[in-house]
Amino acid sequence: MAQPAKSEAKQIVDNGIEKGAAGLTEDRIQAVINRVIKGESGARLKVYVDTCVHCGLCSEACHYYLSHDKDPRYSPVAKVKQTLWEMIRRKGRVSVDFMRRAAEIVHTECNLCKRCAMYCPFGIDIAYLMMVVRRIVHLLGMTPQYIQDTAHSHAAVSNQMWVKPDEWPDTLQWQEEEARGEIPTLRIPLEKEGADIMYSVIGPEPKFQAQLIYQAAVIMDVAGVNWTMPATAGWDNSDMAMFTGDNEVMGRIKREHYETAARLRVRRIVMGECGHAFRSVYDVGNRWLGWRIPPIPIIHAIEFYHELLTAGKIRVAKKFKTPVTIHDPCNVVRGGGLHRMARDLAHALCEEVVEMYPNCEHNYCCCAGGGVINCGPPWKNKRIEGNRVKADQLADAKIRGAKVLIAPCHNCHSGLEDINHAYELGLDIKFFGDIIYEVMEKPEA
Amino acid sequence: MADVSRWDWEIGTKAIPFDAWKADFAWVEEPYVSPDGERIAAVVNLDDAQFSVCVNGRAWEGVFDKAWYLRFSHDGRLSALVSEDGEWTVAVDGETWPERYGYVWNTLFSADGARVAVAAQQDMAYAMVLDGVMWENRFANMTHFAISPDGRHTAATVQVKETGEADIARFQAGCYSVAVDGDAWDSVFTNVWNLAFSPDGAHLAAEVRQGLYDYTIAVDGRPWERCFSSVWQPVFHPVSGAVIAPVRLEGQWTVAADGAPIWPRRFVQVWHQQVSPDGQRLAAIVSPRYGYWTLAVDGVPWRTTVNEMVMDLRFSPDGRRLAAAAKHDGRWTLLVDDRLWSQRFDQIRPPVFSPDGRLVAAVVETEGRFGLVVDDRRLPQSYEALWQPVFSPDGTRVLVRGIEKGTYRRQVLAVDQLLA
Amino acid sequence: MHAIYGWVTGPLTWIAFLLFFGGLLYRLVQLLILVRRKEPFIFSYMSLKYSLRSILHWILPFGTVNWRLHPVMTIVTFAFHICLLVAPVFLMAHAILFEEAWGFGWPSLPDVAADWMTLIVIAGAVFFLVRRIVRPEVRFVTSTSDYVLLAVVAAPFVTGFIAYHQLFAYRWMLVAHIVSGQVMLVAIPFTRLVHMLFAPLTRAYTGSEFGGVRHAVDW
Repeated sequence: MAQPAKSEAKQIVDNGIEKGAAGLTEDRIQAVINRVIKGESGARLKVYVDTCVHCGLCSEACHYYLSHDKDPRYSPVAKVKQTLWEMIRRKGRVSVDFMRRAAEIVHTECNLCKRCAMYCPFGIDIAYLMMVVRRIVHLLGMTPQYIQDTAHSHAAVSNQMWVKPDEWPDTLQWQEEEARGEIPTLRIPLEKEGADIMYSVIGPEPKFQAQLIYQAAVIMDVAGVNWTMPATAGWDNSDMAMFTGDNEVMGRIKREHYETAARLRVRRIVMGECGHAFRSVYDVGNRWLGWRIPPIPIIHAIEFYHELLTAGKIRVAKKFKTPVTIHDPCNVVRGGGLHRMARDLAHALCEEVVEMYPNCEHNYCCCAGGGVINCGPPWKNKRIEGNRVKADQLADAKIRGAKVLIAPCHNCHSGLEDINHAYELGLDIKFFGDIIYEVMEKPEA
Repeated sequence: MADVSRWDWEIGTKAIPFDAWKADFAWVEEPYVSPDGERIAAVVNLDDAQFSVCVNGRAWEGVFDKAWYLRFSHDGRLSALVSEDGEWTVAVDGETWPERYGYVWNTLFSADGARVAVAAQQDMAYAMVLDGVMWENRFANMTHFAISPDGRHTAATVQVKETGEADIARFQAGCYSVAVDGDAWDSVFTNVWNLAFSPDGAHLAAEVRQGLYDYTIAVDGRPWERCFSSVWQPVFHPVSGAVIAPVRLEGQWTVAADGAPIWPRRFVQVWHQQVSPDGQRLAAIVSPRYGYWTLAVDGVPWRTTVNEMVMDLRFSPDGRRLAAAAKHDGRWTLLVDDRLWSQRFDQIRPPVFSPDGRLVAAVVETEGRFGLVVDDRRLPQSYEALWQPVFSPDGTRVLVRGIEKGTYRRQVLAVDQLLA
Repeated sequence: MHAIYGWVTGPLTWIAFLLFFGGLLYRLVQLLILVRRKEPFIFSYMSLKYSLRSILHWILPFGTVNWRLHPVMTIVTFAFHICLLVAPVFLMAHAILFEEAWGFGWPSLPDVAADWMTLIVIAGAVFFLVRRIVRPEVRFVTSTSDYVLLAVVAAPFVTGFIAYHQLFAYRWMLVAHIVSGQVMLVAIPFTRLVHMLFAPLTRAYTGSEFGGVRHAVDW
């Protein structure tokens, strides 16, 4: 099942990295590196680099390291060594080839999942160090092509998927119409000032997965929630600019998201089942703007569904029969502590929940997060090979009976789908929303 | 602006039953109230995929497949975006524009409310439509829509060059520009955001990004000479005509005019800058230190700060007073002239000054009930829904528009009595 | 010989302690200034509760998943660090020297205990050395400076052990012991040995972020 896949010798060519590398001089590299290391960065970078005693205890935190038979190049600290340490040691004077490799490491060999921060005895946040390098890569224009294109989309149309301004409300109205086939009075209230909740999603939902909006609308409607969705930009909570180190665009789209919620005078924002967007709105983007905490409270779907079930606003008609297992997405678990609620939810909705191990904060990453899957087709196989350990973990859960894999995160979904397929696991991957929609009591149509 | 003095300022109450409509329709959506308070309107559903707009209990004659974005203009025109047979148009006071489009959205009004513009898509090409007249030139994509205060011009960020799929080099070289009345600027940018017309509508400024890193403001297509690591939306100075925008320098924000920083002090954040109506003072929402927010006037931050958010900055008409909504420890209140109101609320709407600037009022919400607060004193009456109060031009009366027990009431109250 | 001994126990010791304490203070102040200047947000997320929660888990042997994953390393590193700190401070000879100089002292360890602790430190250093060489993930990130630092830390214990047992060249060993001890003290603030000061701080910050913001554990 878990084939040892080795194709590392093959050089992957990424047009984005190559575009940046072309015409790059060592002077320019040095100037940019020093600007970031000496200018933009501060105490964290200095202390993390000065404190690390090179003990290697972070290694086993990393799914890339484990999946590559403990190849030392993939240990978290090794990725710092191959990038930042060298840059610092050589005072920024590194070659174009060095930067090529650095771009590859930080963009395709690290998901910024922060598991290693839980394994370093000093709590050094290596994901942060990788982000410092991504910032350098961004400023050198060497970001991998597909994620750079996504960052462009964020900048141009304020969403991840080049959804045009009319396509957004049009899609919501289409889904509303579809859902009225099931619940004739259902509304997706657009631009309703003073609603309790603004529901925000990520770009792929209107683009490819409109049924998720449909399902969310049904859940909202049945639960009797006073909700709204914006018809303007600011509807998309996702943020690949955060992962390319384009902090300026990150701040811009986060501001738009929060100010849209503020304009609509909602009490809270509820976001769909997305992990990286949670990180961006809850933890990273807000900070760049100066908001210590989100200025409008933001609730992840796991928390919201938990609340609806606990309050009895949605009731389970018949529990989900097929045994499920739960994948803990890093950004809402290590980044939001939602693993307990996820379990409560799974147990409330499903007859049988099979745990996979390690779990909760210690769960292995899907290998899609941190913008890695957004680096696109050139890197797909590398990503799948880099997560054999996840396949083993899933296979184990399957042996113990799990047939459905709940992953409350979009990137996890896509990444796990690839792993599911490549390692022939045969699991059915679902969102909590899918399950709730299936098992909840609904008014008779 | 609409002539407020011609409204009915007689002290008294006019009541219009609202919940009663529910019996006439399958459902009634959230209501909107005209600025003068004389009409209350809502999108209503008649039957499967049959929508109309009901005003004061009487539905428009037209029935549509869909209707949404019901909005009153400043002079009381009621517009809605409506669809019939898969095509969209705008209905104003029940009359639909004769033209039909693939889609229309983002209704904009001129300052006097007499002119109505929307963004439109026709055959997957985009243009603005002003009072039913679409730009001659169409574009591959269009964002950030604007109408000049006099309503004679419309503008938007438009895509003027084709980009291939994931063609990052081409995108970065610049494919976007601004079209005013359909004519695009000669210059192209990587990005153009948040347009601002000058008060006379003759000039247009916008945030632009040239390449991935160089942000600045472009005025009528010409970028400022100096670039910054980021910028926010510009405004025109109403008197001098200078273009003023927040800019980011070395990781901190300040305000620049015509390309040069004018505030010596740097902030964690600066945005929503606004020039007082008399042109004498420049205020902005700022974060003087991480996690704390207040207003700054001419570069000097107020002492009073809140720890979550400040928004809806408003000058009094004489420009001497300043107020904004402020959120501290999860609750909203008003920040007025460097002091916080004593009361805290779940939600607050933008502050409203009386014409002489003496009073400041705000609609507040606590536990789902709405109320009016004037100068930190909450009026006893509470409502299910409440719209912005309007002071009479002489400042002696206030128009209160609210719904209570299913009935909409337009009340004109004497300010003296209110505060007695 | 007397002159050398007098010099290393006199002025050099002063210099060493001055650089040690002064250096630590300098690094701490420099850090705080840097945070204030560049990343002031860090202060606003610091939480005493979550700092201590995190530190407590990590200073407890087997108190974290990773300590349990590496039982030998855990035992060695705890034993090493405890002995490294306790042996020199509570060594009777050091206490006497201190009392002679300042007129007061503190209870000290029996010599046998201190002797064993010294051996544990030396054994720990050997373990770390071997681990650096044989474990690929450690070897990959090892540079010369890592060996030098290990030697700097081991030297005072090796020389102290030899001097105490008067195995050979007692006087020279004693001088070597004092000097190597001084070298280590001075090295602490200015090399990666500064983790003595910084590790609790990085731990506290990560603990605060994990606990206070992310509602998750970091062990």
